[in-house]
Amino acid sequence: MKKDIILAGVGGQGILTIATVIGTAALMEGLQLKQAEVHGMSQRGGDVQSHLRLSSKPVASDLIPEGKADLVISVEPMESLRYINMMNKETGWLITSMNPFINMSNYPSLEELLAEIWNLPRNVTIDAEKVAKELGSVKAANIVVLGAASPYLEIKFDNLEKAIESIFAEKGNDVIQLNLKALRAGRELADKRG
Amino acid sequence: MQKLLLLGDEAIAQGAIDAGLSGVYAYPGTPSTEITEYIQASKEAKERNIRSNWSANEKTAMESAIGMSYAGKKALVCMKHVGLNVAADAFVNAAITGANGGLVVLSADDPSMHSSQNEQDSRFYGKFAMIPVLEPSNQQEAYDMTRYAFTLSEKFGTPVLIRVTTRLAHSRAGVQRVEVLGQNDLHLPSNLKQFVLLPSIARKQYNQLLGKQARFEDDALTSGYNQLIEKDNHKLGIVACGLAYNYLIENFEDHQVPYPVLKVGQYPVPHDLVRKLYDQVEEILVLEDGYPLFEELLKGYLNNGKKIMGRLDGSIPMAGELNPNIVAHALGIPVNVGHQNPAVIQGRPPSLCDGCSHTDSFLALNEALSKFSSGRVFSDIGCYTLSALKPLESINSCVDMGASITMAIGAADAGLVPSVASIGDSTFTHSGMTGLLDAVNNNSPIVVVILDNSTTGMTGGQQSSALGKIDTICLGLGVHPDHIRVITPLRRNHEENVKVITEELNYQGVSVIIARRECIQTLGRRMKLKAMQKMESNN
Ligand SMILES: Cc1ncc(C[n+]2csc(CCOP(=O)(O)OP(=O)(O)O)c2C)c(N)n1
Repeated sequence: MKKDIILAGVGGQGILTIATVIGTAALMEGLQLKQAEVHGMSQRGGDVQSHLRLSSKPVASDLIPEGKADLVISVEPMESLRYINMMNKETGWLITSMNPFINMSNYPSLEELLAEIWNLPRNVTIDAEKVAKELGSVKAANIVVLGAASPYLEIKFDNLEKAIESIFAEKGNDVIQLNLKALRAGRELADKRG
Repeated sequence: MQKLLLLGDEAIAQGAIDAGLSGVYAYPGTPSTEITEYIQASKEAKERNIRSNWSANEKTAMESAIGMSYAGKKALVCMKHVGLNVAADAFVNAAITGANGGLVVLSADDPSMHSSQNEQDSRFYGKFAMIPVLEPSNQQEAYDMTRYAFTLSEKFGTPVLIRVTTRLAHSRAGVQRVEVLGQNDLHLPSNLKQFVLLPSIARKQYNQLLGKQARFEDDALTSGYNQLIEKDNHKLGIVACGLAYNYLIENFEDHQVPYPVLKVGQYPVPHDLVRKLYDQVEEILVLEDGYPLFEELLKGYLNNGKKIMGRLDGSIPMAGELNPNIVAHALGIPVNVGHQNPAVIQGRPPSLCDGCSHTDSFLALNEALSKFSSGRVFSDIGCYTLSALKPLESINSCVDMGASITMAIGAADAGLVPSVASIGDSTFTHSGMTGLLDAVNNNSPIVVVILDNSTTGMTGGQQSSALGKIDTICLGLGVHPDHIRVITPLRRNHEENVKVITEELNYQGVSVIIARRECIQTLGRRMKLKAMQKMESNN
């Protein structure tokens, strides 16, 4: 098994939480992993990405080579497009929320962005914020996206659930339940379309 | 013990704790900050009474660590690469005094300048100070080498430098811990003049350091951190330093490189190993993150020998960090291409948070300065440096920590009156206070705006050494009390703040305006914590 994943978003949108959930579940399955994160300057509302590499064999580079990512998982549509050069053209999937994060004056039109995304051979777009809001908090949008990406991860869904339980343990049962629901709702969306 | 999933920085911290550390000294700086934060949060570190408070700057951190080493205990100093410039005087001289308790200096470089003003290569500092340098290639080595660095330091009585880069510092992987070593007892150096660098003593000490060089190299041969991996295809030989090794093997099926590879993790690199590689191959490719330090050494000034490829001959770009594809290009290996990035994507630079106090400070400053010609605001390093960008575009310089006040002095001396300095609270106590003393002694017509958000914001909100002390520091340095003004940067105080700044711009001497309002990030965190504590006490 080998999965190279780019996680994308804007500083503060919770992509490191997605990485931690996948990473924790991967460890439960005995996989090896490396996960390159972005800390520092860009976290101030700039674009951020994380390279997450899972494999049954030792992982060498902390960075995924260009054109080799199996998945781009993004919590923001423009940010998802920023990394499609990293994606494997033949097999790569792009999974993104379609909720723009606009903290800039020259943000392009959403129609144009979605047109570019839908133009890709393998893509999943979801309205993660709407789903998260219906579940009780827009903060769980990142986990909705993770749920939508879960069919492509080759990681058991139970293990993702267990990972959420352990990662959010400190934050109490309400937060755990919210995120579990978010994960399942995201998964349902992906299953429905497939 | 189960493997831990650790950032490179965290692996270093755990490695130091397990090596019997007694104290970590540091000033925050990306990508080194998480080392000290990990130790601060570690239960084990607390049980072992490992001191870990932030220092005012990298120089005070380095000197405190030298003091702990003098007293026989193991000390770690951490900083980002440019921090080593600040600490350089103490660092280079510590190589002459030598160490008593293990003294390990960690410098985290930032090639590609993800969060820095340059991409200087700390290995040069190690060479300059003539001490051993360790450069891990992965998180496990980061853990192991930190432990080894303390051994090396105590074995040779020398400080040891560990050099990492952003990519390792901020990347996670599994790390296996080993048994925990005891801390040292207090014990002073056997020669109580060892640390007295009077010329007569310094000359002796320097000769001792020179005498150790051959042994440093011998150790680098036997430690296992430099390895010549023999292979049959001798058309090419590869030197891969630190992380570069991973980018190299990434390009080959099952990580099997067909050429001989010298994997470098400890400097000075042993001549024996280099000669062995050199003699058996036709050409050499040098892969190293940072400047072409080893490539230049190997090539020599005239490059009379075999063809040596790397950054100097353009096989690899001079600037920026390495990655698997750059290495593939240098090896002539075809690379994958992904989809083309569409033109519709716009850049998303970092920006000040919504509700940030700095925005209100600069809006007021912009207005007060609108009566003068532009180009008068010397700034410093911190979140507030983002005011250089749209929409504020308030500042005209950011050079090194503390340079705002001193540059304003020089510009005012040259006739640019008024000149303004803008500096954060943490930066002020890092390197601004001595500059303010110069300004007072000079009676410079400058306005110093201290942007006091009561934290070290840019690096994630660490405790600021300046907390609660700025007003009295300014008074103590001799700023006239009438010209120390405190404002609250809020939108609703805008008119009043513009008025205060305008008054001080018209004063022909040193003014300090303290713009004080807490960082909204730390405020938010504090409120959340409070709410949680309240909930717990109610339960
Ligand atoms: C010599 C040196 N050390 C550390 C850093 C990293 N650094 C950049 S900004 C900053 C924090 C500045 O805090 P403050 O002055 O309070 O401003 P704020 O970010 O809170 O606005 C730090 C630690 C650096 N650039 N140079």
